[in-house]
Amino acid sequence: MRRTLALLGLALGPVLVLGVFFVLPVAGMVARGFWPDGAFDPGGVLEVLTRPRTGRVVWFTLWSSAVATAVSVLLGLPAAYALHRLDLPLRRVVRAALLVPFVLPTVVVGVAFRQLLGEAGPLGGLGLDGTPVAIVAGLAFFNVAVVIRSVGAAWEGLDPRPAEAAAALGASPAQVLRTVTLPALRPAIVSAASVVFLFCATSFGVVLTLGGLRYASVETEIYLLTTNLLDLQAAAALSVVQLVAITALLALAARLRTVPDPAVDRRTARPRAVRRSDWPQVTATLALLALVAAPIATLVVGSLRVGDEWSLGNYRALQTTGEGALLVPVTEALVTSLRTAVDATWMALLLGLVVAVVVTRRSRTPGERRVRSVLDGFFMLPLGVSAVTLGFGFLITLDRPPLDLRDSALLVPVAQALVALPLVVRTIVPVLGGIDDRQRQAAASLGAGSLRTLATVDLPVVWRPLLAAAGFAFAASLGEFGATAFLAREDRATVPVVIFRLIGSPGAMGYGMALAASVVLAATTAVVMLAVERLRVPSLGAF
Amino acid sequence: MLSLTDVSVAYDGVPAVRDVTLDLPDGRVLAVLGPSGCGKSTLLRAVAGLEPAGGTIAWDGNDVGRTPTHKRGFALMFQDGQLFGHLTVARNVGYALKLRRAPDTARRVEELLALVGLEGYADRMPTTLSGGERQRVALARALAVQPRLLLLDEPLSALDAGLRERLAVDLRRILREAGTTALMVTHDHEEAFTVADRLAVMRGGRVVQQGAIDEVWRAPADRDTALFLGYARVLEGAAAELVLGRPAPAVAVRRSALVLDEAGRLAGTVRAARATPTQVRLVVDVAGLGEVDAVAPLDRRPALGADVRLAVDRSRLAVVGAVAGGAS
Amino acid sequence: MRSVRALASVLTAGVATTALASCSLVGGGEEEDNANGSPGTVVLVTHESFTLPEEVLDTFEERSGFRLEVRSAGDAGSLTNRLVLTKDRPIGDVVFGIDNTFASRALDEGVLADTDVERPAGAAAYDLEASDDLVPVDTGHVCVNVDDTWFEREGVEPPRTLADLTKPAYRDLTVVPGATTSSPGLAFLLATIAEEGDDWPAYWERLLGNGAKVVDGWSDAYQVDFTQGGGKGDRPIVVSYDSSPAFTLDGEGGTTTSALLDTCVRQVEYAGLLEGAANPDGGTALLEFLMGTEVQAALPDSMYVFPVRDDVELPADWARFAQQPETAYDVDPAEIAENRDDWLREWSDVTSR
Repeated sequence: MRRTLALLGLALGPVLVLGVFFVLPVAGMVARGFWPDGAFDPGGVLEVLTRPRTGRVVWFTLWSSAVATAVSVLLGLPAAYALHRLDLPLRRVVRAALLVPFVLPTVVVGVAFRQLLGEAGPLGGLGLDGTPVAIVAGLAFFNVAVVIRSVGAAWEGLDPRPAEAAAALGASPAQVLRTVTLPALRPAIVSAASVVFLFCATSFGVVLTLGGLRYASVETEIYLLTTNLLDLQAAAALSVVQLVAITALLALAARLRTVPDPAVDRRTARPRAVRRSDWPQVTATLALLALVAAPIATLVVGSLRVGDEWSLGNYRALQTTGEGALLVPVTEALVTSLRTAVDATWMALLLGLVVAVVVTRRSRTPGERRVRSVLDGFFMLPLGVSAVTLGFGFLITLDRPPLDLRDSALLVPVAQALVALPLVVRTIVPVLGGIDDRQRQAAASLGAGSLRTLATVDLPVVWRPLLAAAGFAFAASLGEFGATAFLAREDRATVPVVIFRLIGSPGAMGYGMALAASVVLAATTAVVMLAVERLRVPSLGAF
Repeated sequence: MLSLTDVSVAYDGVPAVRDVTLDLPDGRVLAVLGPSGCGKSTLLRAVAGLEPAGGTIAWDGNDVGRTPTHKRGFALMFQDGQLFGHLTVARNVGYALKLRRAPDTARRVEELLALVGLEGYADRMPTTLSGGERQRVALARALAVQPRLLLLDEPLSALDAGLRERLAVDLRRILREAGTTALMVTHDHEEAFTVADRLAVMRGGRVVQQGAIDEVWRAPADRDTALFLGYARVLEGAAAELVLGRPAPAVAVRRSALVLDEAGRLAGTVRAARATPTQVRLVVDVAGLGEVDAVAPLDRRPALGADVRLAVDRSRLAVVGAVAGGAS
Repeated sequence: MRSVRALASVLTAGVATTALASCSLVGGGEEEDNANGSPGTVVLVTHESFTLPEEVLDTFEERSGFRLEVRSAGDAGSLTNRLVLTKDRPIGDVVFGIDNTFASRALDEGVLADTDVERPAGAAAYDLEASDDLVPVDTGHVCVNVDDTWFEREGVEPPRTLADLTKPAYRDLTVVPGATTSSPGLAFLLATIAEEGDDWPAYWERLLGNGAKVVDGWSDAYQVDFTQGGGKGDRPIVVSYDSSPAFTLDGEGGTTTSALLDTCVRQVEYAGLLEGAANPDGGTALLEFLMGTEVQAALPDSMYVFPVRDDVELPADWARFAQQPETAYDVDPAEIAENRDDWLREWSDVTSR
């Protein structure tokens, strides 16, 4: 009982944050749907669920997200292996580059994809523009980095000897992968896949831009219902559907994720030299790189064109407000973006670490275990709710003391941290969960207090994934658009918001600047990611 | 037959194994003995195909250097077993059989579990097993497909002493019964003597001596080898001659080579005496030798400072460097 | 050793991050944040397309003595709905950017306070019939635009009317932004409704049958698919604004595109004082300022719309190339209010069929 209380005490901080900045606003919006005009009317909400359009929308969301998740995992696994286990030249750079899509504003990527796939584009012959294939490709483009980084971090820490033992027993590389490596990576893969699925299922811009309005997802439908039709009953119905579906998914993922042998021996294998037999993975990685690079190359080329000439004019213009299209120059927005991202990152890491520690400590009673798994799922929920619902929810619930936070500068980083939190938790938990509890007991028996145990047993193992998570959080924050656009003040606009404004302004100037700003954002992300990669002291990779 | 010719392995340019040449005839068990860090595990991994190696690794005259691990038909058993944590004991043992879609897997698994003395363990998970049980499962798993060569990486060293001795005897029996050709690396000479019938001693990445167990045992190539083989001391020059009774550059003596005996050739003073369950261990200051180890029967424990005489048991000492080491 | 190093690295990273964070927003809240509570501040709530030059905004602060704070998010629809949802505790003092398609919702929901702002020359013509609590600020027309160079090169006569767009000669040439996701898209839908009446769904079926492409927003349509947009697409007919030709100059004294003046529908953007505003005086001052010559003159270059005042000078390019239609499709705001949601739902069904 006391342990459970202590557990809840430790979890209290993150729970409070999530309660105030997530549960309260979302509940507020859903309540408006269930209590239209103050009277409880669940019938109206239920009626929405019987509309054929609702069924269509939910079905499309499910299958497109499932396919996109599968594609992301299939493309991501070979790259995770090649970039984390093989001593490829430039692998750090490639790893950093592959995270770039993750931060690009969907508007821009949508435009880049459409230029690539559109009738006039280089791949126009495939006729993919406006098809579900384009949507799935776009979703995978954004999310493959999640698979690469989180599975890669786990793969890096995977003991190579079971695989060697299997090979020595006559298992071919494919058989080793299927019978030994994948089962050992299962928690990480399931974690990554569930995050990717959530990202896909709640993706907004990609579906709208690449689907050409012919395909509606739950997220776009909620947006339409809330911002255009003000049909809060229908929006509440879909929000509830979304939450229920996501809770079910999380429960399923938690079941699939359970580690058969939790005391995994974590020793980092030194990346080994590339062999001839590695060509399938290396080729797959290069192909992926090409796939990811194509839209980005379109952006870069576009950003260097002014009229019909090559020029850096678009970049020079970033110091201006784009002929009045903006209140602040892009350069200033970049500073704002970086500052906000730093805030969001430390918040997400702090919350994520506490959550991960709470969730992974070995439970002594079934009740304790249940509390832990509920908490585990709880912090994933922010991924499963529409930014519009959250944004409107902020406005109607955080509007009076003591929670008069609508104008707080805290709101943007907190919202971004909430978006990044599940990524952080999902990256750290599989690793923390793999630490043999006896190591902690050994530390405790040697006189280490719980904080010291954390610092000497958990941290040394978890710091790599923690860095990966920090990279994620930072990138997620840099690229976050939905909530930020809703909450950021005009004089504190972030780069994605500014890009959105630029691309919406007429004339070639704004368009070129938007592309240039996107390239700058992408480059900044890549640099930050490289710095994170550099922090991984090479000697640590040695035996 | 396994033949290694000038096999070398380097990590980042630092050689770990240098020019190793070894032969292992079919049905024999060869122990590669050496201190930790001598390169013996690396050699084993190279034979398994887990490390790229220079030189020639051949089986029955065919170079397997470019054959990937899983096609070599060599099974590798790790120091800590490396059982697959997500599979039951039976599925671990049947792992390789299943890969080959061998018929009648269940019966074969049962046989193998019986062979290693683990009947009834089929449905247990590896985490519920003791260290010794795990190693037995790992052995059964490695033997399942009747590998043409079994590679054992310190198979018993993770176990406690009593268990290690028992399992070493079992391992020998099992390997003999199965007629398995095996290459075992170990740092424990007792283990090597119990299980193997041939021995190669490695130091600093090189094989310094190899041959049949008793050959190596009777004629260590050099001082360090002798010490590593379990000889307590190496006496040189005049001391060697005194013990041996004839001129020799160096003589390695076991602790039990000098025995308390009134009729002995050597005289000395007892400096220390300690009883063990089977004998009394002494340290005796012998003129011309300095302090040496000696033993006495349990019922004859001399007092400290007593003058005693010692006899030399010729079977418990070896002339060092008498036979040219290396090639055999 | 290994863990010591690891720890050191983590600490370094931590220190570096903290150092960065210390100069971050949360670390140094350099301004007071509860602007709503401070009487010296006017809070303007607007949509994401709002921009005015900083000098103009500074002029307001100097002249009125109030500090101006702009909060912008979402499109016109989202803006209106935010105000409706927060009407008990408004998120600002003044709203700018409610257009004629959403005006009725804002008025019906009682979002706006009574105001008495004098209309400058020409502005009264844009007043709503229902109420004068919404003050007209700017206007513009959503019109079909064509790439004249394309039609000249291909030797095809450009279309002139909405009906033309369904002709085989213009097959696969048109791109329009979605009505549910963009405000020019909604305006264009209203144009077709005004033209075709209750038969508008049939028109849309013909339009789509003729290969018209529906995309997410204006940027997508104009910048990606339109032949004269930033991305050099391959469709020479696009739904855009009457001012768009002023932004496609060919550098030789002409423009490469033109707006089809028979296909236009009028959009007017309004401002108003919010009911329950913390600073009604500042709000009124801001409303008057929005009607003033500084803002009105800055509108074309900043927000690509025409001022409602007829006594301010237009930029030279506008005067030459941005022609306003003499007549435009007009849909009664009351009718819009009544049918908007049904129209949008039906439009969604037609276009996603």
